[in-house]
Amino acid sequence: MINGTVVDLSRIQFAATALYHFLFVPLTLGLSFLLAAMETVYVTTGKPIYRQMAQFWGKLFMINFALGVATGLTMEFQFGTNWSFYSSFVGDIFGAPLAIEGLMAFFMESTFVGLMVFGWERLSRGQHLAVTWLVALGSNLSALWILVANGFMQDPVGAAFNPVTMRMQLTSFQKLIFSPDVQSKFVHTSIAGYVTAAMFVAGVSAYYMLRNRHLDLAKRSFRMAALYGVLATIGVITLGDALGFVAARVQPTKLAAMEGLWRKEVAPMPFNVIAFPEQAEQRNIGKVQVPAVLSLLVTHSLTGTVPGIAALERQAVGRIQNGIPAVQALEALAKNPNDAAALAQFNAHKADLGYGFLVQRFAPDLNNVTPAEVQEAARDTIPPVAAVFWSFRLMVGLGLAMLAYFVLAALYTLRNRIQKKTWILKVAVWMIPVPFLANEMGWLVAELGRQPWTVFGVLPTWMSASTHSVGYMAFSLIGFVTLYSIFIAVEMYLMVRAIRLGPEEHGGSGDAPPQTRPTLAGRTVPAAAYGNKLEG
Amino acid sequence: MQVYADAQVIWWLLLGVLLMGLAVMVGMDMGVGAILRSVGRTDEERRVALNIIGPHWDGNQVWFILGGGAIFAAFPLIYATAFSGFYVVMLLLLWTMIMRPLGFEYRSRIANPDWRGVWDWVLFVSGAVPMIVFGAAFGNLFHGVPFHFEWNMTSYYTGSFLGLLNPFAILTGVLSLALAAMMGALTVMNGAEGPMFERARGIAQGGAAAAIALFAIGGFWVRALGGYRLTGGPGPGVPQTPLEQSVTVLPGAWLANFGAHPILWIVPLAGFGGMIGALLAARAGRSHLGWWLGAAAWIGVIGTAGAALFPFMLPSSSNPSMSLTIWNSSSSRLTLLWMIGFAAVFVPLILWYTSWAFWVMRGKVSAETIARDDHAY
Repeated sequence: MINGTVVDLSRIQFAATALYHFLFVPLTLGLSFLLAAMETVYVTTGKPIYRQMAQFWGKLFMINFALGVATGLTMEFQFGTNWSFYSSFVGDIFGAPLAIEGLMAFFMESTFVGLMVFGWERLSRGQHLAVTWLVALGSNLSALWILVANGFMQDPVGAAFNPVTMRMQLTSFQKLIFSPDVQSKFVHTSIAGYVTAAMFVAGVSAYYMLRNRHLDLAKRSFRMAALYGVLATIGVITLGDALGFVAARVQPTKLAAMEGLWRKEVAPMPFNVIAFPEQAEQRNIGKVQVPAVLSLLVTHSLTGTVPGIAALERQAVGRIQNGIPAVQALEALAKNPNDAAALAQFNAHKADLGYGFLVQRFAPDLNNVTPAEVQEAARDTIPPVAAVFWSFRLMVGLGLAMLAYFVLAALYTLRNRIQKKTWILKVAVWMIPVPFLANEMGWLVAELGRQPWTVFGVLPTWMSASTHSVGYMAFSLIGFVTLYSIFIAVEMYLMVRAIRLGPEEHGGSGDAPPQTRPTLAGRTVPAAAYGNKLEG
Repeated sequence: MQVYADAQVIWWLLLGVLLMGLAVMVGMDMGVGAILRSVGRTDEERRVALNIIGPHWDGNQVWFILGGGAIFAAFPLIYATAFSGFYVVMLLLLWTMIMRPLGFEYRSRIANPDWRGVWDWVLFVSGAVPMIVFGAAFGNLFHGVPFHFEWNMTSYYTGSFLGLLNPFAILTGVLSLALAAMMGALTVMNGAEGPMFERARGIAQGGAAAAIALFAIGGFWVRALGGYRLTGGPGPGVPQTPLEQSVTVLPGAWLANFGAHPILWIVPLAGFGGMIGALLAARAGRSHLGWWLGAAAWIGVIGTAGAALFPFMLPSSSNPSMSLTIWNSSSSRLTLLWMIGFAAVFVPLILWYTSWAFWVMRGKVSAETIARDDHAY
């Protein structure tokens, strides 16, 4: 049996590296489209300012992109290094979208990003524009396939356990990719990236306007960002609502935790705006409620209800009791693959196989499971309520704040009065971290709310980890934290420095000012690229 | 059953292609990193070297990521067992590899020589270490690694980190580094002129000569190693777990495939031919030809390993019968078939646009133009 400390350390390492990776990815997703939009305006209108914009924001894009790529390497391999059982158990299904991501999306994004940066002088305007769009398309397709993989962990459709191979196998590729969770989560997550980029561009542009620098670039960028931000926040909230609706059906425990719903409420259910969930006592201490809103949100009707945690625990008891014979049958089949009785027993109970695995954490010997152990496992099916509840509220609160901000900003920028409203500009600078925080909270709601499972209802987290020693895990965790801390310090330093320097003379070899246009034969690294002392 | 067996073999071949792509494309960039400090003496020269691969390293690196994803999708048991078993080595690989994008992107953004000096070392380490690890991993496949499975397929690795640093693995690790240095040097020759071209020419010849010697020594050495032979089990195209087969270990068995099918000797010969050709081409200053011959050398070397190991993918030294083979570690028929479909569409597409990107950025890089450009690495 796997050491519990190893599982905890593996979880901490995965969460830390994933949350860290997810600081960079959303900005890449959103900024790539903004770059493509700016360049499209440049190509269609011929105004050099838009080329300057695409190149300046492109420079910041690359500082961010480097760390996104670097930390993505960790994610690609961490399932194997630290979640070995998980990887062999569901690799048949989960590995496919990851490989397709590489084939279809990441290859395209990474190949064309090189041309996007180095190709300004070598490609025609139309070709370069196409390259930039392909980068944006690649990064967003990449998100699609990653979320197909993640969607399987949330709602494992299109797969079945095969007792012959002792692992899960794909039964329908179509079901896997068209799972409702995948569809809404992809759109929700990628649009969250657009919100992030909008806020980033708005904040940096506001910083310039407040200092009277690069006004033309800043005003145009701010306006694009504000409009993009309004549309994106509306989109992210709409799709977030769709996700909640899906969760009500496929992950009732997550939904109950998100809402702090301990006991059944009569329709129309009230919404807990504020509450302090107390997991041990299964109740909320102090709460502020709005009537009827929860029914509307999660069932899209006034008469709908969803089960509370107490009822979900009772359901889990039944599923655990049904799952135990499934695991026992598997053990028999492992000894004798031709045991027909065991196979029949397995088939009769296989729907709850995961629950049989779950109880093994508390009762390693399934032949002697006490009711107390079943109860304990049933309690374990509920994710950490307070953490999920508050992550969710923080995410939603920040999302609504951003919507309000973008609407205001868009109104003033469209009326050309944004520069007079210095308070809006000042707020924009302070709002830059907000979408990043909201993204992290979204990850926590999705993945903490999925606990105690790695694959919901199918594979418990406690079984999924690799059989490492505590020493190995401490070593790797310390290594990741040290390296990643250095990286973020370097990245922030370079990003802030590039922003301070601004579009005129940031980055690169500041010691080498331009003299003449390059006329050498052969490959000249584009003098025009990024910095731009040129037409702009 | 036959379709499944064919799909398994096709995926084994595809994985070979991806590993060759990884070795050639990532190996060339890592080779440039590994020789950066010797091929470029001044900051300007080092920037020339970095800008030769500047537009391509990002795309090239995806061969590595795709390799990982493909093993996961097509051979999940290999992905799960090897990567967790090789934990410390994988960390070494990851920690050095994740520094590399930063080395490229961040090095030249600040003109301070200390800053750039640190990143030059980062590029050296993140070029040399992963290539050694990549080669050493292949060496360890010949040795076998100590792991076993519980009834429910929980895998346990019972070896140590130091056990992976055995002499044969060190030899294959250095072979891999030598080939990477050779390819890196040929790439620098393709894009640079003057003293850098000459220095790179020397390094390319040195790398090729070392690789020829190491590959030959490895060939003789492998005769003395214990090889694995599948003696029973469900066989190809049959869904199974790794607990159902029997395997024996006998000296020289890794050459059995060559004995049974002498035509396979073409593969190591191609490796030697590529290396010797690359050496001669480098000496003649014909670096583009040398690069292609170097790619052929990689294909020959990796092909040789594959031909020797077939059908083994990850032999277990502690429980040989639990060794992972193509037949017991692959994904299901449905997954393999879907993935063949995706690969058939996208691998040619990838080769096409990668070639286009190289064609767009063709030609020499010079120090003057980099110095004038605000964006270059």
